[in-house]
Amino acid sequence: MILPAIMFYLFSAVAIASGVMVVSARNPVHSVMFLILAFFNAAGLFVLMGAEFLAMILVIVYVGAVAVLFLFVVMMLDIDFAELRTGIVRYLPIGAFVGFVLLAELVLIFGSWAFAPDVARLAAAPVPAGTAAFTNTRALGDLLYTRYIFAFQTAGLVLLVAMIGAIVLTLRHRVGTRRQVIAEQLARVRTETVEVVKVPIGSGAGD
Amino acid sequence: MTIGLAHYLTVAAVLFTLGIFGIFLNRKNVIIILMSIELMLLAVNINFVAFSVVLHDLVGQVFAMFVLTVAAAEAAIGLAILVVYFRNRGTIRVEDIRMMRG
Repeated sequence: MILPAIMFYLFSAVAIASGVMVVSARNPVHSVMFLILAFFNAAGLFVLMGAEFLAMILVIVYVGAVAVLFLFVVMMLDIDFAELRTGIVRYLPIGAFVGFVLLAELVLIFGSWAFAPDVARLAAAPVPAGTAAFTNTRALGDLLYTRYIFAFQTAGLVLLVAMIGAIVLTLRHRVGTRRQVIAEQLARVRTETVEVVKVPIGSGAGD
Repeated sequence: MTIGLAHYLTVAAVLFTLGIFGIFLNRKNVIIILMSIELMLLAVNINFVAFSVVLHDLVGQVFAMFVLTVAAAEAAIGLAILVVYFRNRGTIRVEDIRMMRG
């Protein structure tokens, strides 16, 4: 009984510590690394709660895709990050003040949280009973592919639009580069590419 | 000492506040701002999953998946815009991004 509590405090402490490092690290590459660590620990929290599928999705999507994307951009753009860090001391008090107020509000709200007495009756999709054979992934899939199929398709569409948008935004045709144009290659005819030169005997090809 | 809903909500609240704090702290660096937004979305996801588990209602986890989808799309588009902007202007200072200002 004590082990889940220890794991919870471990995961949440590391997640919060790496969150602090994300916003305060000097080097943005370190920020991305700490973001990855925060996501790993959040996935650990999800596993503790019993949402294994979302935990794995979090690791795959965030660590495998989003964080690597951030890493690419941070490393490939030649940015003077030291210059971007000027003025942090000036923004620290107002940021700390707003953060403190927000945290106090959130704690006040969640601290006095109470469920309605008949809340269990209102569940839109109750977790199916007999959980031994009915894993989290299967229950989620059952729900996602039946009742939320349209929302699921829309999510796919959002990802498609994002993918096409990212490609369209970053694709560019430079003027100086030589590209292979298949149509031009196929449209070549012999008369404009091969020249027959009559060479007198003994004088060499020359030019 | 059982770990209940309040514990998870506290962790999520702290992470969310860290995201807001990061936006204030690094308000010149768009990349860190995007990372802070990811941190805030993660906190929201923790809230969704915590409520879903406590209430035995799977819809929270389904919705958390959609939040994840939107976060991924947002990161992709945001970073693409950032790359294009840097290519055109040679800087990503937030104060300099005012081309569409009237």
